[in-house]
Amino acid sequence: MSVDVKKITLDGLWTNNPALVQLLGLCPLLAVTGSVVNAIGLGLASTIVLLGSNLTISAFRKFVPGSVRLPIFVMIIASFVTAIELLMQAFTYELYQILGIFIPLIVTNCAIMGRADAFASKNPVSASLLDGLMMGLGFSAVLIVLGAMREALGSGTLFADMQLLFGAGAQSWKIVLVDDYSGFLFAVLPPGAFVGMGLLIALKNIIDGKLEERRKRLTPAEPKDIQRARVTG
Amino acid sequence: MALIRSSSPHLHKMNQTGRVMRLVLLATLPGLAAMTFFFGWGTLINIIWASLLAVGFEAAIMKLRNRPIRFYLSDYSAVVTAVLLALALPPFAAWWVTLVGVFVAIVIAKHLYGGLGQNPFNPAMVAYALLLVSFPVEMTRWTEPFVLVSADSGWSVLSFVDTLKVIFGGIDTSVIDSYTGATPLDALRHRGGLTTEEAWRQVPVLADGIGAWHAVSAAYVMGGVFLLYKKIFTWHAPVSVLGSLAVLSTLFFIVEPDYFADPFFHLTVGGTMLGAFFIATDPVSSATSNKGKIWFGLGIGTLIFVIRTWGGYPDAVAFAVLLMNLSAPFIDQYTQPRTYGHAKAKRGLKGDA
Repeated sequence: MSVDVKKITLDGLWTNNPALVQLLGLCPLLAVTGSVVNAIGLGLASTIVLLGSNLTISAFRKFVPGSVRLPIFVMIIASFVTAIELLMQAFTYELYQILGIFIPLIVTNCAIMGRADAFASKNPVSASLLDGLMMGLGFSAVLIVLGAMREALGSGTLFADMQLLFGAGAQSWKIVLVDDYSGFLFAVLPPGAFVGMGLLIALKNIIDGKLEERRKRLTPAEPKDIQRARVTG
Repeated sequence: MALIRSSSPHLHKMNQTGRVMRLVLLATLPGLAAMTFFFGWGTLINIIWASLLAVGFEAAIMKLRNRPIRFYLSDYSAVVTAVLLALALPPFAAWWVTLVGVFVAIVIAKHLYGGLGQNPFNPAMVAYALLLVSFPVEMTRWTEPFVLVSADSGWSVLSFVDTLKVIFGGIDTSVIDSYTGATPLDALRHRGGLTTEEAWRQVPVLADGIGAWHAVSAAYVMGGVFLLYKKIFTWHAPVSVLGSLAVLSTLFFIVEPDYFADPFFHLTVGGTMLGAFFIATDPVSSATSNKGKIWFGLGIGTLIFVIRTWGGYPDAVAFAVLLMNLSAPFIDQYTQPRTYGHAKAKRGLKGDA
């Protein structure tokens, strides 16, 4: 069975994006995207968990009885989350403290559970790994865009505090967009996350609409060509 | 001879949106005059700036939504939102505070929900609450009434040109320090161990400046009574807002006068009157039936008292109105009036005996 790389990739990143289309995992998505570094941190953690859980669940899919599959998936996901949590505690302690409860809460992220049940438990290991990677990347991309929007609006900077994740060298990555920015607290608070998320979804729908329009514009041209071909031929 | 025949009703154009909105604008004039008289030119400048912005945003978004721009602009609803917001803002609010506020009111709170008639929340109050949460420093730097500004004599407000400079960032804000201070609500909240009685005697804004707030509130009442007389809204919402606030504050004031403010204070400072007559009567975001309006107003009055007394923000009108806007559909559900000739409307979930 060949793996439909293009479809899985496109699904994860765009057409079935966990955050923008499935609207899964919104709680951590809205809660921690106050800055880019938080978003990258949570995005990385979720992606790694997603990769691990998809890999394991797909490998064991023949041995898992259908009636108790969800508890088993939760156990597998929880063990990966625990590992990630310990890793973050060891290497990025400050970020671990900032993200706080939202690291353990990755267990309950429906995006991960959903992929486990909808994809990994029915597909071979290679496809599941790819699906996990792409879903994770799609989720992280939305996290990072939202984090960048809220950080830029809320505190007038971009990529601040990157040293929490990438070591001391990353301290200079910070870009100050506006000097003496007095801060726009609304963007940093949860309501700002909701409004920002709504705008992102609207933007995706606009782009989808435009793509659909273009596709429609291009398709009616084909029958005409065929007709003309018949006339001349 | 009438050439065009039409059936009844023959009453025309009495309550077009445009006419209602123009009357509301007219009714804000006494309040605007009082604000300008006591707090200087800031409010006037803010209103003009906010109205320009509102018309601009409204036109832009109408264009984006492919709607007739002129038709929708001529109903004045955007201007009314802008004026109400500007009246609620501190007179020295910087230009960008108003800009953000009007953008949120018109674009997010009004048009993203579907435009006039579709917004579940009062746009001006959404903007005000957002500004209060986002820019606490700018939003609590209120202007001192002119009687408190030490000057030789007369009407000692900041001059028109200087006010323009303050609002549009021409001069440093430290220049206006002698013109700004806390509002009475703020002063009473942060009185530092004084009893209410002592605060009234010792805090200057309460001892000498309170008259300004009373006058502004009285001016709003004038505007409100005018609108009531013109039948733009019914008495239900404002009376129940003021009534519930008065009853609650009286009860608490009787029990412990050292700690709680008196009912007259609650009714005449802050945004109470503006909220009761101009915000709670918003036909779109409030409850629909007369009985519903009474419950709606009761909720607002109670919440104003609760948030002012135990909440974290100095004034509460915006939050109270937004919370009740949220519950307006619920109130509507339970206060459907009985249609003549029909049985009483069934309430509650289906299947209730």
